[in-house]
Amino acid sequence: MSSKPERLIDEKGLRLDGRKPDELRPIKIEVGVLANADGSAYIEQGKNKILAAVYGPKELHPKHLALPDRMVLRCRYHMAPFSVQERKSPAPSRREIELSKVIREALEPAIFLEYYPRTATDVFIEVLQADGGTRCASITVASLALADAGIPMRDLVAACSVGKVDGTIVLDLMDVEDKVGEADLPLAYMPNLDAITLLQMDGNLTPEEFEKAVSLAIEGCKKIYNMQREALKARYVSVKEVEE
Amino acid sequence: MTSTTVVRLKQQQISQLISKGKRLDGRGLRDYREIRVEQGIIEKAEGSARVLLGKTEVMAGVKIEFGQPFPDTPNEGVLTVNAELVPLASPTFEPGPPDENAIELARVVDRGIRESNAIDLEKLCIEPGKKVLVLFVDIYVLNHDGNLIDASALAALAALINTKVFNYEVEGGEIKIKPGYTPLPINNHPVAVTLAKINDQLVVDPWLEEEQIMDARITITTDNQGNICAIQKGGGGYFTPKQVFEAIQIAREKAVEIRRKLGWSK
Amino acid sequence: MPKFFERRQLVVPGDLIAEGDYIAGENVYRENNRIYAARIGLVEYQDNRVNVVALRAFYVPKVGDTVIGTVVEVGFSGWAVDINAPYLAMLRVSEVIKRPFKPQKDELTKILDVGDLILAKIIAYDRTQPPFLGVDEPGMGKITKGQIVKITPTKIPRVIGKKGSMISMLKQETGCHIILGQNGVILVTGKSPEDEELAIMAIRKIEEESHVSGLTDRIFQMIKMEKERRRLT
Repeated sequence: MSSKPERLIDEKGLRLDGRKPDELRPIKIEVGVLANADGSAYIEQGKNKILAAVYGPKELHPKHLALPDRMVLRCRYHMAPFSVQERKSPAPSRREIELSKVIREALEPAIFLEYYPRTATDVFIEVLQADGGTRCASITVASLALADAGIPMRDLVAACSVGKVDGTIVLDLMDVEDKVGEADLPLAYMPNLDAITLLQMDGNLTPEEFEKAVSLAIEGCKKIYNMQREALKARYVSVKEVEE
Repeated sequence: MTSTTVVRLKQQQISQLISKGKRLDGRGLRDYREIRVEQGIIEKAEGSARVLLGKTEVMAGVKIEFGQPFPDTPNEGVLTVNAELVPLASPTFEPGPPDENAIELARVVDRGIRESNAIDLEKLCIEPGKKVLVLFVDIYVLNHDGNLIDASALAALAALINTKVFNYEVEGGEIKIKPGYTPLPINNHPVAVTLAKINDQLVVDPWLEEEQIMDARITITTDNQGNICAIQKGGGGYFTPKQVFEAIQIAREKAVEIRRKLGWSK
Repeated sequence: MPKFFERRQLVVPGDLIAEGDYIAGENVYRENNRIYAARIGLVEYQDNRVNVVALRAFYVPKVGDTVIGTVVEVGFSGWAVDINAPYLAMLRVSEVIKRPFKPQKDELTKILDVGDLILAKIIAYDRTQPPFLGVDEPGMGKITKGQIVKITPTKIPRVIGKKGSMISMLKQETGCHIILGQNGVILVTGKSPEDEELAIMAIRKIEEESHVSGLTDRIFQMIKMEKERRRLT
């Protein structure tokens, strides 16, 4: 925040952290990291460090909130007070309330909600350190926690942002690019159904730039999707040989 | 919530009609309901407007105060958008602090105005880092019959267009209010267009019962130049990339139409 | 009709398992003519049927299942029982007292109170109503002795073993009476707490290593060694 960099892309076309425009930050994912939760996962994407835990399905209290024909998915996106430069008040901000909603709506299409009427499943997301693109990394990690909890799913949801910085469309914005850039477009995607489950944008894009941005975001999601599958399988590598 | 059963009955009807390119209220898939805008309806507010979108009714008021800028934007005035889903507007609205729907509504409207640079916030700066004008845009939903986002975005912009800033003078660090008003300069006219996905079809400006059965919605805000400045997908369903691109096209066309209708295009 | 995974291969939600004229079995779903995994697990084919044996799943009640649960609430006409499922189960007083029930005279807490463990059978359950329990069979009702161990419900078949080989070996070697709840809750009753501990240790090991081959033998060896060690100390 202290000083705005003059340019975000150098003469070689590289970004401040040396990435190419279509390059993701390093990503590390681990599944099954919390003992108490029914499902859990952890992601590091650049300097983002995010934990997700799933509890449920379980009976919903108070009962009048339950739906007769499907499970209720509840989602809380929350940033730890120490996750950003200036301490963030632990009380939920308007931003966190909105993000909790759009993250929930990005995960819902993946879940067979109709299988467990009258129940609820909670998804708790804690951003331990934020470095831009936390809502996308949260969706990526939460969908793994859901799979780890044994919730039946159509597909994993992978998410990733694109943006425009110095007039160039770039993948996976980090904090500075998000703040100084001309546009930010987070997108979540389920490859099997070719389904966009989260799409937001702010900034300024021409329709042509928009189409390019969406394709780049989908490419990024596909890469993240493969990492998700590997991380989920890594939890059970030894399962491959099984007793008859 | 109280009418889930009624909706079930109508659900088939609505979705069958849509697959034939028709809608229960007689509109085509790409038609807006009638839009009516009234400005300057609250004398005590610096700016105000009331928008009727069919039976959906939204009021917006602008109040201006002196305040401090945000530390990361010391040269800019402050714009805050808040939305209240007033209990008198719908049996589903409860009294209390804004819920996630009200917060999302306010933030989507805010993004459209902010990202299109509709208001030159730098012009609202009085003393960098110390004193600026703060614009409070309060959205008041009075009757909910669907598509609150588009109605609220129109009401907010109409209220800002209607806004008059009191004249003032800075004398030795003191601000003095002077007689007279200056209109708030408006640089752009962002228009939010919401489409719902029902039965795999895109429909513009969903009314309440369509919203209750839709898979998902997408709101696209475009500016005078036809560029996209804000997008928000909502609801528990999804869109294919093709549907998104189609929605963008429709939203751009509809925004031009609305701007022309309201006399906002130059 | 291509299959994209071998039998016993690991899949995760969204993996395309097979395409063509297959029947979607457990933990999979069909989209057009493609069959995808809905849970993490191992692929299993039965003729034309594609299943995934889930590695992560919670217990979903099934009529006829034997379950072990904890009373969590005493109501006016029965008890609410936590059976380790998404739904609380109900045990109606009429299932317990086989005569007209008089609320003035019969105090439900004297029969079963909050915290009591019960062994019961699921007698009714569907999408619209919670699971209802019955305790009509011998040995069912309040559990008064023994220890409880909880495991992932999908691993109960491993504790049973092929044709009951694992469970009978466990019973024989530890001298414990073992009752398996299909909801993943197991009751172990032995002559001494030590015997019970030994059985629980073995069950935990089964859960941890359920996917590795030669399990029954290894558990047998473990129990033998543990018994030996105890004799020496």
